[in-house]
Amino acid sequence: MSGFTEFGDENMPTELTSSRILAIVDEKGKSKEQLLSILLAIQKESGENYVHEKWAQIVANELDLSLSKVYDVLTFYSMFSTGPRGKYIIEVCKSTPCYVSKSDVIAQIFENELGVKMGETTKDNLFTLLYTACVGACDIGPVAKIGEDVYGDLSHQKIAEIIKTYRGGFECQK
Amino acid sequence: MHHIANPNNKVTVTIDGIPVTVPEGTLIMDAAKKVGIIIPVLCYHPDLAVRATCRVCLIEIKGQKKLKTACSTEVWAGAEIITNSKVVRDTRKTVLELILASHPQDCLQCVRSGNCELQQLARTFGIDKPVFEPMDNKLPLQDENTSIVRDPNKCIKCGRCVAVCQEVQEVGAINTANRSNHYEISTAYSQKLDDTSCVFCGQCIAVCPVGALYEKDNTDKVWSALDDQELHVVVQVAPAVRVALGEEFGMPRGSIDTGKMVTALRRLGFDRIFDTSFAADVTIMEEGSELIERLQHQGVLPLITSCSPGWVNFVEKFYPEVLPNVSSCKSPQQIFGALAKTYYAQKTGISPDKIFVVSVMPCTAKKHESSREEMNSSGYQDVDVVLTTRELARMIKQIGIDFVALEPGEFDDPMGMSTGAAVIFGTSGGVMEAALRTVYELVTGEGLQQLDFEMVRGHAGIKEAEIDLAGTKIKVAIVNGLKNARILMEKIKAGQCDYTFIEIMGCPGGCIGGGGQPITTATGVKGERMAGLYQIDRGSDIRQSHKNPAVIRIYEEFLNKPLSHKSHKLLHTRYFPRKK
Amino acid sequence: MSKIVQFVSQNCGKITPDSVEDYIENGGFEGLKKAFTLKPTEIIAEVKTAKLLGRGGAAYPAGAKWEQLLEIPEFPKYIVCNADEGEPGTFKDKLLLSQDPLRVIEGMTIAGYVFNSNDGYIYIRGEYAAVQKSFQKAIDHAVQQGYLGTHILGTDFSFRIHIKTGAGAYVCGENSALLNSIEGKAGRPRIKPPHLAEVGLFSKPTLVNNVESFAAIPIITQLGGEKYLSYGTSDSGGTKLICLSGHAAKRGVYEVPFGVTLRDIIYDPEIGGGIRDGKKLKFFHLGGQSGPCGIPEQLDTPYCYKKLRAAGLAVGSGAVVIMDESICVIDYLKSVTEFFIHESCGKCTPCREGNQQLYNILCKFADGHAVHEDFKIMKRLVDAMTNASFCGLGQSAAVALSTCLTYFKDEFEAHINKKCPAGYCFQERESGK
Repeated sequence: MSGFTEFGDENMPTELTSSRILAIVDEKGKSKEQLLSILLAIQKESGENYVHEKWAQIVANELDLSLSKVYDVLTFYSMFSTGPRGKYIIEVCKSTPCYVSKSDVIAQIFENELGVKMGETTKDNLFTLLYTACVGACDIGPVAKIGEDVYGDLSHQKIAEIIKTYRGGFECQK
Repeated sequence: MHHIANPNNKVTVTIDGIPVTVPEGTLIMDAAKKVGIIIPVLCYHPDLAVRATCRVCLIEIKGQKKLKTACSTEVWAGAEIITNSKVVRDTRKTVLELILASHPQDCLQCVRSGNCELQQLARTFGIDKPVFEPMDNKLPLQDENTSIVRDPNKCIKCGRCVAVCQEVQEVGAINTANRSNHYEISTAYSQKLDDTSCVFCGQCIAVCPVGALYEKDNTDKVWSALDDQELHVVVQVAPAVRVALGEEFGMPRGSIDTGKMVTALRRLGFDRIFDTSFAADVTIMEEGSELIERLQHQGVLPLITSCSPGWVNFVEKFYPEVLPNVSSCKSPQQIFGALAKTYYAQKTGISPDKIFVVSVMPCTAKKHESSREEMNSSGYQDVDVVLTTRELARMIKQIGIDFVALEPGEFDDPMGMSTGAAVIFGTSGGVMEAALRTVYELVTGEGLQQLDFEMVRGHAGIKEAEIDLAGTKIKVAIVNGLKNARILMEKIKAGQCDYTFIEIMGCPGGCIGGGGQPITTATGVKGERMAGLYQIDRGSDIRQSHKNPAVIRIYEEFLNKPLSHKSHKLLHTRYFPRKK
Repeated sequence: MSKIVQFVSQNCGKITPDSVEDYIENGGFEGLKKAFTLKPTEIIAEVKTAKLLGRGGAAYPAGAKWEQLLEIPEFPKYIVCNADEGEPGTFKDKLLLSQDPLRVIEGMTIAGYVFNSNDGYIYIRGEYAAVQKSFQKAIDHAVQQGYLGTHILGTDFSFRIHIKTGAGAYVCGENSALLNSIEGKAGRPRIKPPHLAEVGLFSKPTLVNNVESFAAIPIITQLGGEKYLSYGTSDSGGTKLICLSGHAAKRGVYEVPFGVTLRDIIYDPEIGGGIRDGKKLKFFHLGGQSGPCGIPEQLDTPYCYKKLRAAGLAVGSGAVVIMDESICVIDYLKSVTEFFIHESCGKCTPCREGNQQLYNILCKFADGHAVHEDFKIMKRLVDAMTNASFCGLGQSAAVALSTCLTYFKDEFEAHINKKCPAGYCFQERESGK
């Protein structure tokens, strides 16, 4: 399933151009085994934490894969999204060690602070609030992961602080 | 590789205490058959790579705690296999009930009722009152295309359709997606099939064990046309249908049912029963002439056939750069349609807007082909409705016809006479052989002594032959299955192709294995259908297309000669790059 | 007498993790140097003597695994380190990877030498992005100093380590699913046979071991299998990094010699320190979500593979999750089952459908709508999932439930009568879900 891409950028979502996608493929390595790394990098640069259909098609063409195979990967792994999300993904762990440490209460606090329910994105597109499975920080549960950073021993105050700092554009002390 | 089974070695095992000796590498399920035990399977399919995901075929090994799947485990010396213990029976039943808990219970309204592998298993295992909570999914039907309907509610996730689309056809329009109880078989980004790489070959339907995949049903349109007194309804039937239709009525596989088929069509009320094979003879005249012209005038070679719409969709979507190699000839179905609304209309004086053309095909892609915008050179849609073999069988049953008891009937004139060459269009190698029987005589001016070209026949995915045309040797290739088409396309792109003429059929085995044929997992069926077609050929009075009197007449009366201006207008077409 | 040891974890927190100089100062790469003087069969003999059982959770004897791979006559062979660590309650590999990465690198390199393999892959879960970056630094430094890459320590032997990332799927901790993930596909497990030693990564013979297993290899090579074995018991050689979480007073990673008791682990002031807030222990969950639950009556069971198994318990990944009396067993099991529903790859019937059906029944108990018939249905589901699932995830998804049905049958019965002993279900409360 090979070939050149005849891609006009007219219908491309504004965050990423086709040449940037091609560059990411080259950076990570243009081979099928690099698919996860490529898609993670695209998602990170998208600004909305997702992989658009058109970007996925370019990757599929470059790696000589069917789009349906790329889509399988995008929907199989929890870290990917095929639709746009907020700038910051807040993931509240609900696996049992955090659950018995009252992760449900933490989830509710986030919901109240952000004014959205689990699974939703704030109106300013800044935060998407999700559940996640264990992220390996059970010794400081209940835990929330925002982007690559993990915040533990959460309390109402801590959560308010965290949100305030992200709203201000900085990452704060864990 | 560490261990590869050597079938020359024999292995003795016991199955439920019964000893049996089989070649090394035999699967447990096949060894069991030898002692009269049919281990139930569901996701297993003889033509596809094993997936072992349904877990219906689990059996017990004495001394081992873990059950093993009979479809994926080879026997080993001394294995003590148990297929009827309590744990096996209970596990099987629970697995089936779990599948059924997620499956709609509306068998009576399902197109596969009576030929459904899940229904068969439920009957065999006496599944009664449901124990598990039914998972009531109400997912929308995916049917916004001409050919294939997908019902995700009925999908049992056996993965056969994915295996055929990804590995056998290498089209990759559908795949697994998601995880957990959202696991599904779907297109990327929920695209409609038209927007994917789908070529509508329908092989997915051919392997689906249940009613999750089926052809778009056009029988209503045909009933309406037949009921409409104003319309003159003609039907054409493809070669591959006549050696398969009988299977839907319990007749032996590969039995030749041409005569009964024609009578049944007459009973249905069609005004004229014509034969697509007639149009196949015309195709040979046009395409043979096209080949000769390209040979003599340094035209683009290799020339590749264009009668398989699954293949045409494939080359448009994946290898548009090879389109110049594809014959400009329409398929026999479309040639027929154009001639029916021009030649036949003129001959009979019936207005073409009152002629309704139905075709019966072993194929689902033909539905898509007939609806192509450019297929209207008669001034009207050349072919109005396409039915699959299965749909025809349903219509015949619906009016209470006892197919087996029918007396044979004859096709009508002027588009019902055909040759042995035309009939073998339905099998891989048939178009090539038909073309060679005519081209040889046209080029050399000599009569062919031997009309049978054995080397182009058979199941193999890629076949080659060298033909001596009065001193000029040409190499030809015959391909069936799109994975094999891809291999040749890559060769052509790399400039490594020394074939002059290539026949490509989209479905494994050719049209006799098409996506519209009776559905079966029995092995050997394709071979039997092929044999039926060659038998018709052998018994035909005329076995070369250019000697068909009806064909000679249509050129004299109407088309003038092959590749004439009129022929080009009505019988030739163009293609469109559709690569993503 | 201290119940904890600093053996495999001796460098953690004490050295600059990616500093080759620090690592060498503390005895680093002595194992590799010794390995180069030994034959592969000799090294494998030491691993067998050490009775090193796979530290990821499956506890397969490493010596036997290595021996099987050595016999495969095909090349190239690949060394793969399973750093997916998705098992809830487990965070010990993160510790090793971030605080003593060169030990893991050394272990993989020794394995490379044993199998004449030139390429190692470490599959680090996508959620450990920071660890991926710091581990890459350690690799780069090791290459710079000649302990990795071409002509290691001036010999003919070359070994590269490539980091591959996950993207959020617990099932990728299953070795064959992991290899599919490295190959750029969805991480669904493969049919076995053929086993990974024959058809592994890129269809080549492959060794897959856990981070902690590789971390033990330099010590075993340098000091010998007997020495390693001596830290543990006669059947369980060496030490285990355990992870305490939940309601333990002192949550964290601890390295214990096999043979200490569960009571030691949970109550010893050097380890668990008891239950936080002075509460009482109700039950514990060992080895991960797929492991068994245990009750206080079992606290004197020695923590080792044989004795735990005999008591119906397990080492598993080393996770020890502690629950006090505020936890309702039904509610807890709902959380466990929800995890498996979320993480099931989906392709086989018993796991995909079975987990969801189990969850529905647990909800019936939690909502007070369960009836006695539901025990039978649960048993059927548990049996089918255990016997019929395609891989270990489905096969062990119902283990926790099975053990709780044994120890807490009365709690299930109570729920049928709309009573929750922990006081959680059947009360007016803000929905937290």
